[in-house]
Amino acid sequence: MIAHLPALQVIIPLVSAPLCALLPAGRVVWLAAMAASWLALLVAALLLDQVLAHGPISYLMGGWPVPWGIEYRVDALNAYLLLIVAGIGAVVMTFGRVIVERRIRLPESKQSWFYTAYLLCLTGLLGITITGDAFNVFVFLEISSLSSYVLISIGRDRRALTAAYQYLIMGTIGATFILIGIGLLYVMTGTLNMGDLAARIPAVADTRTVRAAFAFLTIGVSLKLALFPLHLWLPNAYAYAPSVVTAFLAATATKVAIYVLLRFFFTIFGAKFSFETMQLDKVLLPLALVGIFSASVVAIFQDNVKRMLAYSSVAQIGYMILGISLVSVTGLTASISHLFNHALMKGALFMALGCVSFRVGAAKLERMAGVGRTMPWTMGAFVIGGLSLIGVPLTAGFVSKWYLIVGALEKGWWPVAVLVLITSLLALIYIWRVVEVAYFKPAPEGQVVREAPLALLVPTWALALANLYFGLDTSLNAGVARLAAQSLLGASQ
Amino acid sequence: MAILGLYNYWIFIILMMCGFYVVISSGNLVKKLVGLNIFQTSVFILYISMGKIIGGTAPIVIDKAVVYSNPMPHVLILTAIVVGIATTSLGLALVVRIHEAYGTIEEDEIHAQDAEEAL
Repeated sequence: MIAHLPALQVIIPLVSAPLCALLPAGRVVWLAAMAASWLALLVAALLLDQVLAHGPISYLMGGWPVPWGIEYRVDALNAYLLLIVAGIGAVVMTFGRVIVERRIRLPESKQSWFYTAYLLCLTGLLGITITGDAFNVFVFLEISSLSSYVLISIGRDRRALTAAYQYLIMGTIGATFILIGIGLLYVMTGTLNMGDLAARIPAVADTRTVRAAFAFLTIGVSLKLALFPLHLWLPNAYAYAPSVVTAFLAATATKVAIYVLLRFFFTIFGAKFSFETMQLDKVLLPLALVGIFSASVVAIFQDNVKRMLAYSSVAQIGYMILGISLVSVTGLTASISHLFNHALMKGALFMALGCVSFRVGAAKLERMAGVGRTMPWTMGAFVIGGLSLIGVPLTAGFVSKWYLIVGALEKGWWPVAVLVLITSLLALIYIWRVVEVAYFKPAPEGQVVREAPLALLVPTWALALANLYFGLDTSLNAGVARLAAQSLLGASQ
Repeated sequence: MAILGLYNYWIFIILMMCGFYVVISSGNLVKKLVGLNIFQTSVFILYISMGKIIGGTAPIVIDKAVVYSNPMPHVLILTAIVVGIATTSLGLALVVRIHEAYGTIEEDEIHAQDAEEAL
């Protein structure tokens, strides 16, 4: 069993997905989906434990030797990512049942399909992360993307439909760019295995085809991860999707895209080619900075809190890209640990917001007046998530911001460090707007709001407390991130 | 001669650009999907071309020594074709739902309705 963990990681949610479609709506299908997602988390935890103890795992799908078969390769970086994705997948699934039953525009007979799409999306994200085969990345990417278009489109607002359509167009262009990039690499090297690609690319690196492949892959992945200025699909998609979907996608989908970027830049092309020959850091750095700054400013002016947090996500993605563009162990540690920490904070924030809109009916700012007193637990979780987002010490968000600033100062780029601090203040402003309305404005006359049900509060608080826990004990989020950063830079030298 | 020899790749580039242009420029949601389809199809040609070897035949083992085409890209692109079908059908399904919700599939009219609602 233990030897087949890498395969089980993908197969458990993949097989459970069609199974869920056959089960009756309600508690039964939810329990089945819960079992699948928590089992996936267990597998991810075991995998990380094994990788940390014994080093990278190579698993040959179906026993076919490399390069004919597909290899699943788990090292510190993707074991860490698998834990994030599976962890968020399981917690949000726990949160999901009440929302799916009462807040999603689906007749009861079709609610089982929600779980099918959710598990397929989870399968895709886990698959992208675990595979060691470049073409397999594309296949899993499309599995996760297609199911996430479906998940977004079932939001209550009709704008969810146009948001899903827009994401479909942008996402498909991105995925097709990735496909072209992989094809061009195959032409030059004759292999799709990531290890083989890394070994054969240096010999042909100085050709236009490889450079074109690099460009196509960079743009394609940047579209998927919503790098400024390719982020236009993200705010609407996150704002109009059901809160359970937003919490899941915001915490996982963009993280996995950043993982793909790291894998291609550092493992396959190598840091030397990506950052010395192609000088990519000089492109990423300004985009990251402008992205962080402009998205934070736009977030301040949003009236829809969900949309505000979506813009904040674009800014946070900027921090991750900023860490990559430093091309140092500290910078990469900041990026990779921010994948983890941002998943925790945004998961907690979007889930708390889901609780609010469950009771008051919408995620509009003016509707939240007074909820700080009527829903103290929900808003408590929101405030903890918000503090972590700002990067207050003793929260998880502080850890990655700290590494980011140290990384910038190591390079002597003090203006970058200052900018990180300034944009943290911008985050303070937009979180404060919500806190002010929720705690200091009186509730409208006649509005009766109760605390959210326990089934929603427990998973929300689980993530909120995780924000505090990982702010104090950084051995997992920063420790493993550092290991992963070292292996990424070490592999390419 | 080099340019003519790369005939397939020129077709790939032209189709890709045509498709891409339609996706960006067209305001009609169905036309956008058609453009997206052309864009995706162009990549199929890229993959199929790279597997072809002049004089090559299907990879079936026979006694005579012959040149084989590389079947790998052809198999890969079968997967991509399936993905393309799934994307197109999902996109069209969304367009049907959008038409039900808005009564139009023109992008500017949808934006106008959304802007009206926001006021």
